[in-house]
Amino acid sequence: MTSPAHAEAHAAHAEHHQLGFVRTYLFSTDHKMIGRQFLFMALFMMIIGGSLALMMRWELAWPEGNVGPEPNAATRVLLKLFGDASSGDLPIPFTKWIPEPYMYAGHMPPEFYNAAFTMHATIMIFFVVMPILVGCFGNFLIPLMIGARDMAFPFLNMLSFWVGAVAGVLMLAAFFVPGGAAAGGWTSYAPLSAVPTYTGVTWGQNLWCISLIVLGASSLMGSINYITTIINMRAPGMTYFRLPLTVWSLFITAVLLLLALPVLTAALAMLLLDRMAGTSFFLPAGGGEPLLWQHLFWFFGHPEVYIMILPGMGIASEILPVFARKPIFGYRAMAFSMIGIAFLGWIVWGHHMFQSGMNPTLGTSFMISTMVIAVPSAIKTFNWLGTLWGGNIRFTIPMLFALGFVAMFVIGGLSGIFMASTPVDIFIHDTYFIVAHIHYVLFGGSIFAIFGAIYFWFPKMFGRMMNNFLGYVHFWGTLIFYNGTFFPMHIIGIGGHMRRIYNPMQYEFLHPLQHWNVFMTVSALGLGLAQIPFVINFLYSLFFGPKAERNPWHSNTLEWVAVTPPPHGNFGPTLPTVYRGPYEYSSPGVEEDYLPQDRLLSDRPAHAH
Amino acid sequence: MLSWWLPQNVSTYGGDVDRLFYLIFYITGVSWVLVQVSMLVFLFLYRHREGRRATYTHGNTTLEIMWTIVPALILIMLGFMSKATWDTIRHTHPPSTTVVQITAKQFNWEVLYPGPDGKFDTDDDKMIENDLHVPVNQVVRVRLSSKDVIHSFFVPQFRLKQDAVPGRVIEVWFEATLPGVYELPCAELCGFGHSGMLGHVTVQTAEDYQAWNKEQWPS
Repeated sequence: MTSPAHAEAHAAHAEHHQLGFVRTYLFSTDHKMIGRQFLFMALFMMIIGGSLALMMRWELAWPEGNVGPEPNAATRVLLKLFGDASSGDLPIPFTKWIPEPYMYAGHMPPEFYNAAFTMHATIMIFFVVMPILVGCFGNFLIPLMIGARDMAFPFLNMLSFWVGAVAGVLMLAAFFVPGGAAAGGWTSYAPLSAVPTYTGVTWGQNLWCISLIVLGASSLMGSINYITTIINMRAPGMTYFRLPLTVWSLFITAVLLLLALPVLTAALAMLLLDRMAGTSFFLPAGGGEPLLWQHLFWFFGHPEVYIMILPGMGIASEILPVFARKPIFGYRAMAFSMIGIAFLGWIVWGHHMFQSGMNPTLGTSFMISTMVIAVPSAIKTFNWLGTLWGGNIRFTIPMLFALGFVAMFVIGGLSGIFMASTPVDIFIHDTYFIVAHIHYVLFGGSIFAIFGAIYFWFPKMFGRMMNNFLGYVHFWGTLIFYNGTFFPMHIIGIGGHMRRIYNPMQYEFLHPLQHWNVFMTVSALGLGLAQIPFVINFLYSLFFGPKAERNPWHSNTLEWVAVTPPPHGNFGPTLPTVYRGPYEYSSPGVEEDYLPQDRLLSDRPAHAH
Repeated sequence: MLSWWLPQNVSTYGGDVDRLFYLIFYITGVSWVLVQVSMLVFLFLYRHREGRRATYTHGNTTLEIMWTIVPALILIMLGFMSKATWDTIRHTHPPSTTVVQITAKQFNWEVLYPGPDGKFDTDDDKMIENDLHVPVNQVVRVRLSSKDVIHSFFVPQFRLKQDAVPGRVIEVWFEATLPGVYELPCAELCGFGHSGMLGHVTVQTAEDYQAWNKEQWPS
């Protein structure tokens, strides 16, 4: 890079000072501001998604407000605080303001329960995990980590956020239309989702489809941008195998997004036509095929699972070496296992459909491919352990969350083997075992990685450090209550407890399991409370945290070369030149225990020029 | 044994499903303990100490090949062992004289018995909602379909679950080994009444089953 880049950087810098409030904070084309916008939007949505989850947990523990004949100690305390001890009625607290027919004086009808789990999953998947991992960290990190001044298409990037925000508004609007929000599950299996009279939901389901179609456009713009940027705009010397693993993971995620989302968009359009235009893509009465929806949905849905976990894996692979002060163990194996997942991820969708009526022979082939896709995840886990071996480990807050990610992801990965086995899946399919599995991957995996990433990059994003004490409280509270909430789901799932049921007490064989539901709900309340220190820490540190230095964690990657917080254009007049891979920690070549990618060692000739 | 987890098994192939479950449980359990313990040991041994320097290594090819091949072999072995049981349950169609049609609808199971002539679409067909009576120790074939949305036929004690899909007839079989009354919940979300969509399977001894048949078709 020579003088044109030079001049451009200066121009960009000068332009920055002229931008008003609107262009700086609202309609910004700066990848860092867009990243922050995605973060704020998603954290707001997380509060809504989390509240819905707590309402469902309350309903499951004390169905229809009924505490049962022998309430335990925790239930009695809650009854004193929020209920009516004489009648044993325990309505959901703080929900009296919600009008009928959504809630009846704090009591949830089954229609709203179905809407709650549908919207909880939809919001958490599409408006929390994806916007934070891909929208926020993808945007913020890719240009900084590869040594670029911005994304390849800054305007498209801005459009991607605002189109995504419109999708969010459409999704939330579904709560306020007659008939309520979508109630067919986040998987929206047809024909339940395709005929309004089957659920009683009219515009709620239509808005669900429209919102996700709009969000698909937003993701498409983002993924095209990420792929182009990573291919074309790497700094001098930044070869593919010198890319930080976070960038590798985001690159593969972007490719999966680009290829998978159009399939969902097409399926959603067909569903919307079935609902509104009288077509019969999924309706047998008109010659349609209900299983077609499942094939299309999971053809998107399984790559989608990897879209949500790969960036988490990338983030863990970034944080572990920094605080173990050691190179990542098996960099190439890490990159190739992600590439392997990107290919295998397309041929495993049928494992969601073993009991759907799909040909059993097809089930066998999907089982074998599913067994094989577990291998790359196993490789990654062992390599993370290898990274810890022989390290000099510092237990900072981001490190604790990254370690939590590894520990929890292992449980989610191993529990997946049960449902990969077709005969075992006959029993555990559609039970809480599946709910446990998805939450170990998406909460224990993706959300732990998200928290780790927020604590790790907060200094670079906002120029201030977060508070350590509140961070420890947040981590330990989250880890303990998270396991209290989700681990027993394995146990009740093995007991046969179906998912998506409103009142477990309707089934005699589930009565002996009900105490677990109470235990999980109390843990879930604890998990909710454990997020308060995070909210305080985040908001307080945003304005009053101690100023962060340029490279507070003594990290090697290029984002720490830029000043804190990075200005418009990210780097000074010249872009950094890269001389080595991103994980040269404790290298014998230098005295310090880290060696940034752009540092030119005087005794070694630089090859990049 | 941790047999308190799974509901009691009362079907012929349920034992095979349970054995696979326990095999996977022990394999994953051991892997889980190994991973978590080695992680904790590493975290303790290699915790930060002033003046110590981390080992500078980028990996170990032999180790990495080993921990790729070993899990791959175990997983593929599990795949083939599962295939055998899967084939028994889904590919074999043991001959049987007891056949019923179950049509799911929001929010009931319509159980259609062929009656004494053993044939459907005849005058002695009889439909009873949510009540399936079968003889013990005999293969029973169930022809599943649905009138509206997808439901799922689930008898936990039989280790049997199969979606009922509108527009298709899917046949499943089971052979119950213990008389009793078992719950038959719907396992696939089917609308606001999904929770509580519940039938019962009554497994009867040969004599009781005869008696029940007499009661239903007196002639």
